[in-house]
Amino acid sequence: MRATLTTIDYSILQQCMHCGMCLPTCPTYDATGRERHSPRGRIALMRAIADGDLEVSPTFGDEMSYCLGCLACQTACPAGVNYGVLFETARSDIQAANVDPALKRRFWRALTLKFLFMRPAALRTAGGLLRFHQTSGLETLSRRIGLTRLLPSDLRRLEPQAPAVARQFSPSLIAPHERPQGAVRARVALLTGCVQDLVFPDINRDTADVLLANGCEVDTPASQPCCGSLHAHNGEIEMAGTLARRLIDLFPPNRYDAIISNAGGCGSHLRHYAPLLAGDPAYSERARIWDGKVRDIQEWLVELGCRQPSASPVDAPATVTYHESCHLVHGQKISRQPRAILRLLPGVTLTELPESSWCCGSAGIYALTQPDQADALLKRKVEHITSTGAEIVATANPGCHLQIARGLKNAGANIRVMHPVSLLAAAYRRVGRA
Amino acid sequence: MPLSASTVDALAAVVGRGGVLTEAEDLIPYSFDGTAALKQRPEAVIFPRTTAEVSDCVQLAAAARVPIVTRGSGTGLSGGSVPTPGSLVLCVAQMNAILDLDPRNLTLRAQPGAITQRIDEAAARHGLFYPPDPGSMRISTIGGNVAENSGGLRGLKYGVTRDYVMGLEVVLPDGEVARFGNQCVKDVAGYSLKDLFIGSEGTLGIITEVLIRLVPRPAARRTMLALYDRIEDAAATVSAIVAAHIIPCTLEFLDRVTAVCVEDYARVGLPTDCEAVLLMETDGHPAVVAEEAAQMEALARQHGARDVRAAQNEAEALQLAAARRNAFSALARKRPTTILEDVTVPRSELAPMVRFIADTAVAFDLQIGTFGHMGDGNLHPTFLADERDTNEMHRVHEALEAIVKRTLELGGTITGEHGVGLAKKPWLRQQMGDASLGLMRRIKQTLDPHNLLNPGKIFD
Repeated sequence: MRATLTTIDYSILQQCMHCGMCLPTCPTYDATGRERHSPRGRIALMRAIADGDLEVSPTFGDEMSYCLGCLACQTACPAGVNYGVLFETARSDIQAANVDPALKRRFWRALTLKFLFMRPAALRTAGGLLRFHQTSGLETLSRRIGLTRLLPSDLRRLEPQAPAVARQFSPSLIAPHERPQGAVRARVALLTGCVQDLVFPDINRDTADVLLANGCEVDTPASQPCCGSLHAHNGEIEMAGTLARRLIDLFPPNRYDAIISNAGGCGSHLRHYAPLLAGDPAYSERARIWDGKVRDIQEWLVELGCRQPSASPVDAPATVTYHESCHLVHGQKISRQPRAILRLLPGVTLTELPESSWCCGSAGIYALTQPDQADALLKRKVEHITSTGAEIVATANPGCHLQIARGLKNAGANIRVMHPVSLLAAAYRRVGRA
Repeated sequence: MPLSASTVDALAAVVGRGGVLTEAEDLIPYSFDGTAALKQRPEAVIFPRTTAEVSDCVQLAAAARVPIVTRGSGTGLSGGSVPTPGSLVLCVAQMNAILDLDPRNLTLRAQPGAITQRIDEAAARHGLFYPPDPGSMRISTIGGNVAENSGGLRGLKYGVTRDYVMGLEVVLPDGEVARFGNQCVKDVAGYSLKDLFIGSEGTLGIITEVLIRLVPRPAARRTMLALYDRIEDAAATVSAIVAAHIIPCTLEFLDRVTAVCVEDYARVGLPTDCEAVLLMETDGHPAVVAEEAAQMEALARQHGARDVRAAQNEAEALQLAAARRNAFSALARKRPTTILEDVTVPRSELAPMVRFIADTAVAFDLQIGTFGHMGDGNLHPTFLADERDTNEMHRVHEALEAIVKRTLELGGTITGEHGVGLAKKPWLRQQMGDASLGLMRRIKQTLDPHNLLNPGKIFD
C-alpha cells in the first residue's frame, strides 16, 4: 500500500526538532528567506497534514514543486531526518489528491514520467525524432518561419538549447558482455540510464572502458528499463515499483559483485529499492541484496583501487574543477571519490569550486517545472565555475551536465563539461596509443 | 484582539503586499523556534526592511492592540520567538545588512537580521574576531543573539554576547526610536540602558541596529580531545586547568550518549567507547598556545585521561568544534523528542552537578545525554523521550524539577545562555525571589504598559 503523510511512521516527522541547521544549505530558503520554502518549514507543513491541521492543498502542491529535492538539508541535518522519504511521500500525496494547480507542470509530468520514461523504446524513438529535427535542417527552418512560436513558452525557451541527441545509443557502442584483458577481478552490471543513454552514450562507453581497464567483466544488456528515480522523485511510487522489479529481473543481484551506475540521480534512487519493495515478498529479499551491491562508478573504482593512467587525458596541462551532483553528494554521500579520480590524472590540476555542492537547478525535471528558480541557480553556478579559471568542469550526472553545459554556452564561456570517468577513459586510451 | 483585515492592509502599505504573510501554509512554518514541543500559529508574519518600517508597524499594531513577537532565524532554545496567541510575528530576517566595519575603532555595525557567522567572517577579513559562537551561529541572527544574550563555546575566555555590545538602536513599544551607546570604550553618561535591552527577549523593545566591538584575531590555536573512563575525572581536569591559571578558549564536555550521536552525524573521529570526552582549545600568541596546550595535556593525563589527541590541522580543529556545536540536534537521533536544559553552576560545583544528573536519570528511569561548556559551568542535560508517552513525559518533568532544585542549591542558575522564554518560566521566581521579579515586572509595565511586546515571555 502506498504510504501517505497520514500513514507514514510518525517518528520520521518527529525526528525534525526544527533547530534550523538546514536553513543555510537550502537553495530555495536562500532565494526567498521565507520559512515555508525551507526544509523545516516544509516538514512543519507535512506534520500539520499528518496531524489533520492542514489539507493537501494546492498551495502545498506548489510548495513541494518548488522544493528541488536536492537533499542538501539531509547532509546538514544533525538529527538525521530522512527528508528524501518525506519529500517523495508528500509529492505522492499531491499526485493522489490531484491538487497540483499548474497545468503546465502536469503536462510535463505526464509526458516524461508516464510515457517516455516508462518505455525505453518510446524514449529512444523520441530521441531519434529529436535528433532528426536537430540535424535535418528542419530545426533551422522551423525556427526561421516562426513555427517554434507555436510551442508552449517553456519549451520554446529550452528548445534552442535542447540536448543534441547522440547519433547512436549505448547498445551500438557496448556489447552485452565484455571481458577485460588479463585476470578478472570482479563481475559487474552496467546500468546505462535514460538521459545518459540518449544524450551521453559516450559516457557509458567510457564507463565500460574504465571498468575493463580495472579488471572488471561488464554486463550491459541492450534494452534496459528506467530505474524509476524520476517517478519516485515526483510522487509516482507505483510506477517506480514496477520499474524496480523490471530492473531486478534483468540484473539478478546475486550474479554480480557490483551494480554500477554512472549517474548521480539514478544511483541515489537505485540504492533504495528495499524500502520501495518491502511489501512485496517476491522481491523484498532480492531488493535488499540489490541495495547492498549498487555502486557509483567512482566509488567502485576507488574501492577497487583505481589504476593510475600513465598518460594525460589532455594535450596541454589543464585545470579541472568539480561540481557535485546533489544526489551523488547528498543522496549517496559520495564526495571524496570523484576528486580522488581527478587527482589521479597526469597533467590535470584539480581546483575547488566555490559552493561545489550547491544545486545547479537541473534537479530532474525541475528546469521544466520551475524554470525561473532553475535559471537563477544556474546563473550562480556558472559564475562560480568561471571564477575558478578552469578549462574543464567535471560532473557525474547527466542532468547537471546538460544544465551546466547550457549555462556555460549562454554565458559564452569556453569551458568543457565532462564526466570524471570520461577523463580517466581518455587517459587510458592515450596510454594504449603511445 | 484578532488581527483585522484593515490592520493587515495598513501593514501591507508599510512593508509591501509581499512582506505580509497570512495564509495557513505560510504561517505554520512560523509557529515554532528551535525549542521542543512549543507551537502556536501567529495571525500574520511581517518582514520590515528598515527601522522606519519597524516603527510604523509597531505603531499600527499598538493602535490595534495586537501583540508583536520579534523573530530572527527562529533558532532560540527557550521559546523566546514562539508566537503568543493572537500575535503578529515581526521577522527581521530581511534586515540583514552589515552596515559598517570600522578597523580604526574595532567596531562593526549591523542590522538585527545579520547572520552571526557572517559577522565573524567580515571581521576575519580585517584580521579581527567576533568571539561569541552560539551553536546555531551559521544561521542565528545578531539581533536574536543580543535579545537572548547568547553564549557559546568560547564563553570561558571571551565572555558572551553582552560583552561585545557597545550600542543599540531600539524601537520602543510606542514606536519611538531610541539609541543607546556609541563607539567610545569608556562611556558613563546616564544609566546603561543598552544593558537593559540585552537579554530582554523581545519584551521591552525591538532591536533594529547593533554596534559591536571586535578583538584582534588570535594568531594560533590548538585543539585537543581528552578521553575519560569516568565523568568525574573530566570535571577534575577542568578544575585543575582553572586552578593552574590557564583560561583556555574552550573546555567542552560530552558524555558517551552525546559523543555517539555526534559521531554518528559528523564522522569526525570522536571516540564512542569512553564515558566522557573533553574538547579543549587554547588560542592566542603561538608561544603561549604551545605552552598552554602542553600543560593542559599533562593535567588531563594526571587526572585520569585515558588518552589525549591533538587535532592535526586547522580543518580538523574546525570540524571538531562544528561537530560539537551540533551536539543538541544530533541527540535527536536517539528518540523523537529532545528536551534541552541549560542549567549552570559555579565551576567549583561541576563534579557534584554532573554526578547528580547521572543519578537523576537512573532514579527516574530516563535517558539523558549531557554535554556542555564545562569551563564555564554551563551544562546541557538533554532528555531523550517521546512526547506521545505521557508517563515518560511526567517523569521528565519530575526529573527536571529535581535538577533545577539541585542547581539552585549549588548557587547556580536555571539558564546560562538560552534565556527564560516560555521554557524556563516556571522556575524564575524560585531563582530570583519576589523582590527581583517584582522589579522586572515594574520595568516591563513602565516601558510596555499595554503588554504588546512578546507578552507572557520570561514572566506572566
